[in-house]
Amino acid sequence: MTRNRWFISFFVLWNLVAPGHCVHAAVSQVLHLGNGTEPKDLDPQTVTGVPETKIIQSLFEGLVDKDPKSLEPRPGVAESWKVSKDGKVYTFKLRRNAKWSNGDPVTAADFIFSWKRLLDPKTASEYAYQGYYFRGGKNFNTGKTDGSQLGIKSTDPYTLEVTLENPTPYFLSLLYHHSLYPVHQQTVEKYQMRWTRPEHIVSNGAFLLKKWQMNKVIIVERNPTYWDAVNVKLDSVHFHAIEKAETEEKLFQVKKLHATATVPTEKIASWTQNASGVLKRHPYLGTYYYWINVNRPPLNKPQVRKALALAIDREKLVKFVVKGGQAPAESFTPPGTGGFQPQAKLPRDLSRLNEAQALLAQAGFPKGKGFPTIEILYNTSEGHKKIAEAIQQMWSEHLGVKASLYNQEWKVFLDTQHSKNYMISRAGWIADYNDPHTFLELLTTGNGNNHSSWSNLNYDGVLEQVQKEISSKKRLELFQKAEDILLEELPVIPLYIYTRLYLLSPQVQGWYDNVEDIHPLKWVWIQ
Amino acid sequence: MRLTYLLKRLAVMIPVFFFVVTLVFFMIRFAPGGPFSSEKSVSPAILKNLEMKYHMDEPLVRQYLRYLKDLLKGDLGPSFKHANRTVNEIIAEALPVSVELGLLALMWALVIGITSGGLAALKPNSPFDYIPMTFSLLGICFPTFVVGPILVLIFGVWLEWLPVAGWDTWADRVLPSLTLGFAYAAYISRLTRGGLMEMRVQDFIRTARAKGLTETQILTQHALKGGLLPVISYLGPALAGIITGALVTETIFNIPGLGRFFIESAVNRDYTVVMGTALLFFAHLCL
Amino acid sequence: MSELSTAVPSSQGVSLWDDAWARLKKNRLALLAATFLILEVLIFFLAPLIAPHSYEVQDLERTMTGPSWRHWFGTDTLGRDLFARVLYGGRVSLTVGILASMVSAIVGVIYGSISGFLGGRWDNLMMRVVDVLYALPFIFLVIILMVYFGRNFMLLFVALGLTQWLTMARIVRGQVLSLRHKEFIEAATVLGIQRKWIIFRHLIPNTLGPVIVYLTLTVPAVILEEAFLSYLGLGIQAPLASWGTLIKEGVDVMDLAPWMLFFPALFLSATLFSLNFLGDGLRDALDPKGAKD
Repeated sequence: MTRNRWFISFFVLWNLVAPGHCVHAAVSQVLHLGNGTEPKDLDPQTVTGVPETKIIQSLFEGLVDKDPKSLEPRPGVAESWKVSKDGKVYTFKLRRNAKWSNGDPVTAADFIFSWKRLLDPKTASEYAYQGYYFRGGKNFNTGKTDGSQLGIKSTDPYTLEVTLENPTPYFLSLLYHHSLYPVHQQTVEKYQMRWTRPEHIVSNGAFLLKKWQMNKVIIVERNPTYWDAVNVKLDSVHFHAIEKAETEEKLFQVKKLHATATVPTEKIASWTQNASGVLKRHPYLGTYYYWINVNRPPLNKPQVRKALALAIDREKLVKFVVKGGQAPAESFTPPGTGGFQPQAKLPRDLSRLNEAQALLAQAGFPKGKGFPTIEILYNTSEGHKKIAEAIQQMWSEHLGVKASLYNQEWKVFLDTQHSKNYMISRAGWIADYNDPHTFLELLTTGNGNNHSSWSNLNYDGVLEQVQKEISSKKRLELFQKAEDILLEELPVIPLYIYTRLYLLSPQVQGWYDNVEDIHPLKWVWIQ
Repeated sequence: MRLTYLLKRLAVMIPVFFFVVTLVFFMIRFAPGGPFSSEKSVSPAILKNLEMKYHMDEPLVRQYLRYLKDLLKGDLGPSFKHANRTVNEIIAEALPVSVELGLLALMWALVIGITSGGLAALKPNSPFDYIPMTFSLLGICFPTFVVGPILVLIFGVWLEWLPVAGWDTWADRVLPSLTLGFAYAAYISRLTRGGLMEMRVQDFIRTARAKGLTETQILTQHALKGGLLPVISYLGPALAGIITGALVTETIFNIPGLGRFFIESAVNRDYTVVMGTALLFFAHLCL
Repeated sequence: MSELSTAVPSSQGVSLWDDAWARLKKNRLALLAATFLILEVLIFFLAPLIAPHSYEVQDLERTMTGPSWRHWFGTDTLGRDLFARVLYGGRVSLTVGILASMVSAIVGVIYGSISGFLGGRWDNLMMRVVDVLYALPFIFLVIILMVYFGRNFMLLFVALGLTQWLTMARIVRGQVLSLRHKEFIEAATVLGIQRKWIIFRHLIPNTLGPVIVYLTLTVPAVILEEAFLSYLGLGIQAPLASWGTLIKEGVDVMDLAPWMLFFPALFLSATLFSLNFLGDGLRDALDPKGAKD
């Protein structure tokens, strides 16, 4: 016992002496963020993941910035802009005090270089399609033309003129995407693959890359050459690479993190009861759904698909299984995407169960008799497993339909999905940009991400029309038409609309909830 | 004599090493998925360009020869996932962390294991025997993924004595090394007890006992030497496993060690890193 | 018990076994352990009759409730009865644990003793093969096996046995090497007894002590490794669970629902303790020299 007590006092002392990483409440403007997995790279044109995006948004700045509250575009490197009447030509005036971290001015040529780099087939960027909006972008990327045909030009170093393929009302919002940020030509060319290392990188954002320890932390510091440096309040930000949600949660509990990237599902309830209000929850532009392989009998019958979709109690699913306060999906596109409020076509609960049972009988399987066992595929994760288990029970209970579950490791899962070697498979889609098009184009014929084998010329036609439409009212009507076709045919079964859930210390100020989960660190400070 | 032995061993190991290189190189290519498969599917044109960037468009045999050539120069190639790093750099960054964690864990394992095993052997079939042996059994049946979170919950979250995760200060090193050491302590404790018990019935110990030495004296002066032999022969493989196999501990405590790359590279199909870590593990095993 | 002895080729002198059995009967702890194990096996295989609830029926409005009269071990995150899940999980885990350990023991003992007995060049070659197999990335091995053989329950034993027999082979080989030059083996060689017989009659029985001890340690390792294989998609499919997956689930919620960790862990450790006592008893019974303390 005495030995024990000695141990205790020893460790208490140790903690006092050890140079802890505790967050000092008073003045320190050092922000510690949980940032999920280790970033692949910090090259704006080649990365694809969320952890990378968060860091790149602090290191680089595009033509336009976003208002942290309303998400309206506001001046970034571009001071002002003009749009032509047909909505196809944008002219940007660049600010003269925008500088690279090595002192070079940021000019129109930098953007032309970077955008060509994005589209250049040699770059092999997975986000190249973000440049397909530029006239000639797709042809350049697919090797049909060379870069000289691109609709991007500068009349002087501070004027950039962009011509688009189609009028694209959300083009300005698109410019906030990291794939369209500028990169520094000499640095990229000199160091090639290694230009994003702390010792080489040149950037133009509010922060500078200082340190990069793999699987541990990436530290960025305030950039003194940034044109708006006076308004940047944080001295530095530590992006901690933390794989395990439980570890991250504990670090937050002991106040070593100001914000987490996520919350473990089973802990949501207890954090909700936590009076300090650290649990942040807001809708997010993403849908969790099941793909249905429409080539596989009996799933080739639309009645069967509809019966399955109607027999899921989505409200119960989100309340007791997903638990994060998510909204049951009544449409495929999340409500509010680009101002679109789709009509609810799917029930939240079992109110249309009779219809489901009737449809199943119509398809030749009254009360599930003679219905073969269907398989639900998911990639290994506790969360996906529980959802599949719950749905398995709902189908068996309400329709008499037997489903079996099987899981696969991530890359094997992707392979199975891609080769359409499944019956029903879990999926999720998160908006690339704030417009319903990002969801609905997924189901068009020949889309590389359409894993359902479903093809509907009517549907394809509607989405083609959308591309050419300028009137936003008409666009919304067309989107509704597409939703109607989709939810009648159901090559997908929407389950719920994502919610962003994370923990945020009340000390953090200038951080606002929004559907795109964008929190420009330029405006953040610690109280 | 010693030198010829080493040379002989080397002469055997080198062909085996190249056999491992070849086997692993071709084996990992048979698994579905590749380094570039991702949730948002990549267009065939982009995929082709990505593959070109890493020479993956070449026939497999050519890729293999290229790899061998680089390997002879000591170059393990670039990582697919960590785009601006080479495998050599990744190992250089992560290996020291793993070695430190491994040595600390081994220290715990030895201290706890030998003390408890020794006590047990000194007073067999008494509480001094049962209690440590019970604990050592618990250590074997509770894997690190259970022990780690329990220690974190008690010492990190409830008592707040020690950090819950990280790898900066000395305090950060206590819980992870203890967690990792615990499992090994269990084995060492059993081996120690077994070894010492064996010694107790040996003739020279009986002689010592006849001379009137106390059990403690016998244990510390005579029996430990021979009785710890099984422990010592266990240490070699244990160290290889402890350094490269600390994946779970590293994940729980968010430690930037090598163990995480073992599984992460496999999951990402980061072929060069898989090769690098597998070869490193094999090299450890041969030492 | 009977499973354990099948590992041993039965071509031995009868008296040794009678002797061992007589000694084992005197070891009360070992007998108690054996009784417990047999009872456990009975309970698990009669689980459908014993468990008051189904292991898969969810009650979403009663998730993560503590132990009660209704649910003896409480409920899990989907409101399923934990008692039933632990019993059904025990079926899976015990089957997997014992069968896969047996596979590893048989392969490991035969391989290790041949390698150790032949010695020299052959021993060197055989042990290098073991080294090479150690170095193969296990994840890929399992994934590739699954690609070619599908999600087959038998594959689970192959995959688990594959990793475990290597260490067993090393241990046995070391033991055999030290026995090789003992008088009774040399005598047997001089008498012109066939090598095959020397290995099976004289070498293997004498390695049984360490083999049994290591075997009792392999069982829990295999039971927990099964949870990792189910991550790769091999093994049992949800909603059925094993102790390994139950414990994994329990760890993440142990501060909210400690019973979800406690009960599966309790069963796993009780089983392991019994196996261990039984193993010690068997070792002592089979090896009169070492049984003095």
